[in-house]
Amino acid sequence: MSLSRNDVAKVGLLARLALSETDLDTMTRELSTIVGFVSQLEQIDTTDVAPLAHPLDTQNVFRADIPQPSLTTAQALQSAPRHDGECFLVPAVLGDSGAN
Amino acid sequence: MQPSDMSAVDLVTAVRHGDLTALRATEAFLERIERLDSQINAFLSVDREGALRTAAAIDEKRKAGQPLGPLAGLPVAVKDALCTFDQPTTCASKMLAGFRPPYDAEVVARLRAADAVIVGKTNMDEFAMGGSNENSAFGPVHNPWDLTRAPGGSSGGSAACVAADMAPVAIGSDTGGSIRQPAGLCGITGLKPTYGRVSRRGLVAFASSLDQIGPMARSAADCALLLETIAGHDPGDATSLESPVPPYGADLDGPLEGVRIGRVPAHFGAGLCPEVAHAVEEAFAAFRAAGATIIDIDMPHADAGVATYYLVAPCEASSNLARYDGAHYGHRAEPGGHRAEPGRLHPVEPGGHRAEPGKGSGASGGGFESALVEMYCRSRAEGFGPEVKRRIMLGTYALSAGYYDAYYAKALKVRRLIRQDYLDAFEKVDLIGGPVSATAAFKLGEKSGDPLAMYLVDLYTVCTNLAGVGGISFPCGFTKGGLPIGFQLQAPALAEPLLLRATDRYQHLTDWHRRRPAIAARPR
Repeated sequence: MSLSRNDVAKVGLLARLALSETDLDTMTRELSTIVGFVSQLEQIDTTDVAPLAHPLDTQNVFRADIPQPSLTTAQALQSAPRHDGECFLVPAVLGDSGAN
Repeated sequence: MQPSDMSAVDLVTAVRHGDLTALRATEAFLERIERLDSQINAFLSVDREGALRTAAAIDEKRKAGQPLGPLAGLPVAVKDALCTFDQPTTCASKMLAGFRPPYDAEVVARLRAADAVIVGKTNMDEFAMGGSNENSAFGPVHNPWDLTRAPGGSSGGSAACVAADMAPVAIGSDTGGSIRQPAGLCGITGLKPTYGRVSRRGLVAFASSLDQIGPMARSAADCALLLETIAGHDPGDATSLESPVPPYGADLDGPLEGVRIGRVPAHFGAGLCPEVAHAVEEAFAAFRAAGATIIDIDMPHADAGVATYYLVAPCEASSNLARYDGAHYGHRAEPGGHRAEPGRLHPVEPGGHRAEPGKGSGASGGGFESALVEMYCRSRAEGFGPEVKRRIMLGTYALSAGYYDAYYAKALKVRRLIRQDYLDAFEKVDLIGGPVSATAAFKLGEKSGDPLAMYLVDLYTVCTNLAGVGGISFPCGFTKGGLPIGFQLQAPALAEPLLLRATDRYQHLTDWHRRRPAIAARPR
């Protein structure tokens, strides 16, 4: 199984990881090797086997929908790279202007 | 006897009886950290002042006749993957350098409530991804038995600090062997509890259906002491189990007569180092001599464990690590370009084709579709190390349109077959024994250039996590070169009492776990 550089570039965007030309070369080579390795699972017969996402037989847990103390705004913002005391600040979603 | 030579059980007993102050115990370990850790690099941060303050407060409590917690005065090192509100929590990543969580992990809160003394945060592979500790952004840990060798990973700092007597016990986490493998390579005892036995709240998430926190110590008895405090239901972790917590320490005594231990002949294949095979067979013989019955069993899908794990874990990781976006906390790239290779980033057009250099199609400079996406992509590129990026990429690929069924869904089906192997095996045996790792500790740098070779290190440990059962590893011998060899026992869900009892019995019959590396020897 081999991945193309284009495949890897596309996955990089999906994963929100900027990749340099060198990164793309390395990642294409390494991911191809690893995907080749995990592809061995194809050979295992899983007809009529249901996927297992969680190891133990547990059920959904619900609690009463009652307001409880939570992080304060100040606590939630304490490690934010940029904030204005009430909100997280990020670059503009549209266009290329705005705060960073 | 020096506090650093005492078992955790003896330390808390001595503090409770007033034979030793918490302050003296804490000072003794801090002194060892100061003396040894420049060579080992087991700690990412040491909270000397906080630890001494906590210890002094415990001594005051005792003087005032107030009740003491079950771990009163016990120094504990905590893997840097667990949140601590008063100490940095970095996961050994540049992404979280200097990060201060706003709250304690449930396990940390329980340790504090039990009057333990948290001495520092231990080094690890970045975001717990790795088997050698070489993926730490803050330098590798050196194995105390041979400083040129890896301690294993990802809880390598926790294993190494216990092995070098810099802490009597430590907290680790295990997603595919990250407690058991470094415990084995460093000659200590490490327990991965049943999935859900210990709350994961405040453990930085790697692969949520596999992650589990557990104790690392010099003996099963010390692991039992720590597990009793950290185990138990937590409403803050919806996957934590409601079963009552048994008195693990009090349950240790008991014969092994009638206990059936499974041995998997396929474990002893060509890849297993002969010295390791010999020590593991000797351990089986010791269990047999202690009254256990050894029964050969088959785990037909064990060979598929590593491939299954390296789909399930990266898929979950790619989702969990999406939270590092440079907006809420963690590293944010400064505007104006990539420091390493300015102007050479080639993002992809929405259609999936890579943009030509300098001809970005996005709205923002450099071809990103917006300044926000550019900030995400650059922050993550700068903050994550190579292995973390590899796993995010692998997981994103395996979950992406067109590949989901072939990879992720397929892996989940094989995961069910692997779990069924365990259910079938535990009809015939009470425990499964075998090697933890195919070799003793390998050289730093030996495997770091070959990601797949590093993944294969997890051969004997990943299936435990995929099945959600418990496992323990402990030393069962040494190579001719003086490196520890580990033995692993696995048990059905919630059979921690039997895992600990069997290990404790073995440790009464042997003294491998009492051996200390030369570096831990007291200076004359």
